[in-house]
Amino acid sequence: MLVSIVLIPLMLGLLALVMPWKGARRALLIAGAAYHSAMTVFLGLFRKDAYTSGAWIGLDSQGLLFLAITSALFLAVAIYTTGYLGRDSERKVRDSVEGFLFSNEPEAMFIACLLLFLTSMSMVCISRDMGLLWVAVEATTLVSAPLITFHRHHRSLEATWKYLLICSVGIAIALLGNYFLAFAGHGKTHLNLDNLVAGAGLLDQTWLKAAFLMLLVGYGTKMGMVPMHTWLPDAHSEAPSMVSALLSGALLNCAFLGILRGHTVLAAAGLGEFSGELLVFFGMLSMAVAAAFMIRQNDYKRMLAYSSIEHMGILALGVGLGGLAGTGAMLHAVNHSITKGLLFLVSGHLLFTYGSKKTYDVRHVIRTAPLTGILWVAGFLAITGAPPFGAFLSEVTILKGMLEADRWGIAIGYLAVLAVIFIAMARIVIPMAFGLPQQDQPVEESPLSKKEPLWFAGPAMVMAFIILALGLYIPGSVWNFLGQAAAMKGGF
Amino acid sequence: MIVWTDIFILMLVLADFRLLATSRLAAVIQTTVLQAIALSAFMLTIADRPWPLLLIFLSLVTLTVKGVILPWLLNRAMREAGVQREIEPIVGYSASVLIGMILLGLSFLIFIPLKSSVSVESSFLLPGALFTTLTGLLMIVSRKNALTQVAGYLVMENGVYAFGAALAVEEPLLVEMGVLLDVFVAVFVMGITVYQISREFDHIDTDRLSELKD
Repeated sequence: MLVSIVLIPLMLGLLALVMPWKGARRALLIAGAAYHSAMTVFLGLFRKDAYTSGAWIGLDSQGLLFLAITSALFLAVAIYTTGYLGRDSERKVRDSVEGFLFSNEPEAMFIACLLLFLTSMSMVCISRDMGLLWVAVEATTLVSAPLITFHRHHRSLEATWKYLLICSVGIAIALLGNYFLAFAGHGKTHLNLDNLVAGAGLLDQTWLKAAFLMLLVGYGTKMGMVPMHTWLPDAHSEAPSMVSALLSGALLNCAFLGILRGHTVLAAAGLGEFSGELLVFFGMLSMAVAAAFMIRQNDYKRMLAYSSIEHMGILALGVGLGGLAGTGAMLHAVNHSITKGLLFLVSGHLLFTYGSKKTYDVRHVIRTAPLTGILWVAGFLAITGAPPFGAFLSEVTILKGMLEADRWGIAIGYLAVLAVIFIAMARIVIPMAFGLPQQDQPVEESPLSKKEPLWFAGPAMVMAFIILALGLYIPGSVWNFLGQAAAMKGGF
Repeated sequence: MIVWTDIFILMLVLADFRLLATSRLAAVIQTTVLQAIALSAFMLTIADRPWPLLLIFLSLVTLTVKGVILPWLLNRAMREAGVQREIEPIVGYSASVLIGMILLGLSFLIFIPLKSSVSVESSFLLPGALFTTLTGLLMIVSRKNALTQVAGYLVMENGVYAFGAALAVEEPLLVEMGVLLDVFVAVFVMGITVYQISREFDHIDTDRLSELKD
């Protein structure tokens, strides 16, 4: 039952490679996404059957949370992609920076890789074995590399090369972490999460610490943690927007899950403070560095990429502190993914409308394309943690966790960085939305640019509605569930 | 058996030095074959005889993937890109070898406090594996040619794999196979990307891939 969530997208993906008809291929993408979300909802409601202790795969609270995020985001992206491919896959596209014409990757390859990407991310979410988790995370890198080079030109190749090499090296280090975990168990423990947690008292502490460091560096590279983040802004800015949405909203979370598993084992072995403090340090560092790069950023997709680094920092910080902050971090993962997915889809439409990724070329969106403008401003308010959106609630919960733990220094730093980011982003986004265009260069109005197509507006509005709803009301059962996920028990 | 383990580890380490010292891509690829042989052989020397069938199988698969298929892929990519050697490395060859010696010394130092907790018979094993990992990393950061970097990734992966081999039988086969499959696909995808880069840019020097920055 559970394994079908991996197998069905895998089969559909392979089928898409050989499918000769365009319409049928896109239908496969939608079918994969729809099956995946239906199955995730079903498993979420009746997941007693989806978990046995000691099994290779199972659905625990952390896995379910990240699986649900991935699934929801993928559904939105799948709908967007079918429309996008209908518009862009055949024609020659003019490059937004240098103005040359280029053609896109074959559509079959792109759809197949999207489905395989879903496969590998689902595998990450459901694996209960550190070795299997590693295999799945590495697989996500490999199947997403062709997604980043969808636009066949030199900048996307450069981004793909950096992504492939840096992430592969990082993940090789995570493999070292896995082997160190095995050393910690004197070579006699299987790397199953249940075994590791149950026998945590017997693990060798020195090796365990070394193992966590390696896992942190390894999966941290993939997650975009400073200073291993250098691939992230390039890949996010050069990939097509829906791929950026998936990378940012789903893939980074999956890498974070790898770190969470390591943290779970260390916490069970009584070293939770060691791993927690490391997470807090790297979380703060990521937030601060991301903030520095967001000031005066003139490429709005890169701005969103740095914002992802910042939010990964917040997640690491919250989980590192534990307690209420941990619960807040889990909620924040949901808020960040949906909001960032929305923002990247909107940025894709801005790029299409204005033909430029530069912030100063995009002016007066609220008039040119009113719905896009409203969504862009709403997304900005949501991502910077302004009320009444979901991220406000989760960021305040994390703050409350900090104050409960008496970490005043951290709390002050956290608020200061958030304030800097709010101002930096406002200075970029507000002129884009409301600023008047410069007189000397009139915007070329293409006939398409006025109206948002349904395949863009539909998913984007639903996502906006979700982040608004998350900010207004969260039922008690959901809080309980998030608390379980944050408890680092490795089980339900 | 411990003598043989040491000999194969020594082979791995010597191969690392050859990798650091040579500029010719063909020599780099040959040396990775040598490493694959050393790696798959010493997996066997660690276990007690008679060797379990599973281990022999794993060793053979390792040899096939790392010693035959991947070098073949790299050779093909080299021919297609039309590049024979590293022209101007960021760190020169003699300097690389010197850095390599220092790294080797450090690798031995690091494992002094950790030794007691793991029962590995050969005292060369863990330092040798770490040194191979570091050699791969050094190749990636100190060379410009994209293919040398791919080879560096492969060497690094060999080092990490040697750590795993030190544990020999305990890891389930499924995971080992998955690891090998991932490494294979990684080199495959990197090879395709290198090919695309060479077609688009007419060179594969990664230091000239520098348009994207803040």
